[in-house]
Amino acid sequence: MSTDQTGHDGANTPQSAGSPGESGPEFLQLITPAGERISHPEFDFWVRDITDDQLCSLFEDMTVIRRIDVEATALQRQGELALWPPLLGQEAAQIGSGRSLRADDFVFSSYRENGVAYCRGVDLTDLLRVWRGNASGGWDPYSINMATPQIIIGAQTLHATGYAMGIQNDGADAVAVTYFGDGATSEGDVNEAMVFAASFQVPVVFFCTNNHWAISEPVRLQSHIQLADRATGFGIPSMRVDGNDVLAVMAATRLALDRARRGGGPTFIEAVSYRMGPHTTADDPTRYRDANELEDWAAKDPISRLAGLLERKGLLTAELQQQVKDKADTVAAQMRRGCTTMPDPSPMDIFKNVYSTPNSWLERQQDHYARYLASFVDPAGAVSEEGAR
Amino acid sequence: MTQLTFARAINAGLRKSLENDSKVILLGEDIGALGGVFRVTDGLQKDFGTHRVVDTPLAESAIVGTAVGLAYRGYRPVVEIQFDGFIYPAFDQIVSQVAKLHYRTRGAVKMPITIRVPFGGGIGSPEHHSESPEAYFTHTSGLRVVTVANPQDAYTVIQQAIACNDPVLYFEPKRRYHDKGEVDENADPASALPMDKARVLTDGSDVTLVAYGPLVKTALDAASAAADEGISIEVIDLRSLAPVDYEPVVASVRKTGRLVVTHEAAQSGGLGAEVAASITERCFYHLEAAPVRVTGFDIPYPYSKLEMHHLPGLDRILDGVDRALGRPNSLSGLEG
Repeated sequence: MSTDQTGHDGANTPQSAGSPGESGPEFLQLITPAGERISHPEFDFWVRDITDDQLCSLFEDMTVIRRIDVEATALQRQGELALWPPLLGQEAAQIGSGRSLRADDFVFSSYRENGVAYCRGVDLTDLLRVWRGNASGGWDPYSINMATPQIIIGAQTLHATGYAMGIQNDGADAVAVTYFGDGATSEGDVNEAMVFAASFQVPVVFFCTNNHWAISEPVRLQSHIQLADRATGFGIPSMRVDGNDVLAVMAATRLALDRARRGGGPTFIEAVSYRMGPHTTADDPTRYRDANELEDWAAKDPISRLAGLLERKGLLTAELQQQVKDKADTVAAQMRRGCTTMPDPSPMDIFKNVYSTPNSWLERQQDHYARYLASFVDPAGAVSEEGAR
Repeated sequence: MTQLTFARAINAGLRKSLENDSKVILLGEDIGALGGVFRVTDGLQKDFGTHRVVDTPLAESAIVGTAVGLAYRGYRPVVEIQFDGFIYPAFDQIVSQVAKLHYRTRGAVKMPITIRVPFGGGIGSPEHHSESPEAYFTHTSGLRVVTVANPQDAYTVIQQAIACNDPVLYFEPKRRYHDKGEVDENADPASALPMDKARVLTDGSDVTLVAYGPLVKTALDAASAAADEGISIEVIDLRSLAPVDYEPVVASVRKTGRLVVTHEAAQSGGLGAEVAASITERCFYHLEAAPVRVTGFDIPYPYSKLEMHHLPGLDRILDGVDRALGRPNSLSGLEG
């Protein structure tokens, strides 16, 4: 397929992401797509302690977050959520990294890292709050040491870098971890974050999930080199890993975290994966990408890959599969219940928390609006429907 | 009491804040060994170290964006934007992050960030060095915007801004950096006039003249000149631009019946429009004439040979006063 200088195809036809990845050197892999465990002289060290039980647990986590994703997508289709950003296909990247973090590490993510939030112990109802239009942030960041999802592309990489500057000042050995996509690497903020992180050698991990598509724009429109190679230009060591291989992601994340904790500064991880679903439930990927590409990636599915490994090890028993399915169903039902029974906020809530100290402009507007609402009070004392609207 | 310039007064205020709270941390370009291009942070890195007074790479979005992360971690960052015209690369971090994180997290995350911005013209600088971008920020909920007009305020308000749990844009009138004034360094910022309150500077009965930042001095000079002609002007220093403290302005206009607002920023969509509209809403039956704005023009900040035409000076302000009073003025005879 020929492209012009900007990477745009001449014809408006479905296209292949044509990752800068596929033509370059291989990425780090510990489990083949067929589920075969392959050894790596350096990276085996970082997952040497993973027991069979833990492998089963990773399988459960990945299955559960896929189920959460399916359930939330259904909730959106049923009108319970305004929007949902599916993570289908990115389970290994999120669980492999999310399960590597310590409780006192702090995550600054994008809006697709619901699997990472699950690892942090998010309340499942809180996960949906933003998408239901119930709040502009789902949870108290300090309750799970994870900032609420960032919608401005790449802005959170600076927050993580600043947080890491604070960790460094405090003399602590925690790490700030920031998640972003391939599209974000084009944003100024991500580049400025790498400048600051390298200059101050702060404990931050840049976790870039290259899912190949920024809405309709393929990764080759963002970069003519591998994304991992961008970091080296800033003096930040980088790794390119198979993002659909949970052990490879885990090994790379653990290495990066360890380096940061020891004062070794930032690391950039490019987890090469694929967004199997739409960008959000409002998106139609059939308009811009080729069905064959989807098929190719389905063959590299992160969950079936781990299932393959478990099978080879004799761990994928009917009992385990039932147990995992039951857990996933329970979690999904719990989340659905939390969603549909979530109380609507009250009208005056819109004025809360704009400031932490009084603001005379806002107080006046708030007072006036309260009087307006009160003007609908009927003789029985109840605010009318119109007033509450 | 000591005589200090504006710049030294802010420096002394920053020093106090650094001494009193170990979580205060300064970030900016050239603020370390150089002491800032205006020397406002002079000597602070030497005394507090490179981890409290941080020279950053040249990246404004990063300076503000990392301050957000530091605030998440419990720090109280004070950021220096080197010049007004350099704040635009940081605009997104300020209006989409700093301003909204308290709201977004339903109060869980505080953003006690102070963003210091030398602003305004009159120093003969090239492009991007003389702008008055305050209206962009007064329009953004979640931010507080203040400015100072004398060294005492410069000293106390910077400390109040740093102590405030909300983000504050602290606009420093750069053409006044070298003006001197009395400063009581023992003044307790907690018991001083709060930064969100306006201050009536002169008692007057004919016209209320509202100004802030660099034009407060010009407004006072205009009031003094008007007094020679028998016109009594009440000058109000707004101090806080978001929120504006309307009570003293309302009280003044109810007394004088006439309002003139002046600022260096362009007229359209500027703070003067907001003040004029708010006062009209609140004082319509007390007004003897339409509120008058004396402002910069709706032009890019001009080259320095002509900047004094753009900036409201004493005579343009007095012409505005004449319009408010219905006296002969430059627009006499012009309808609409």
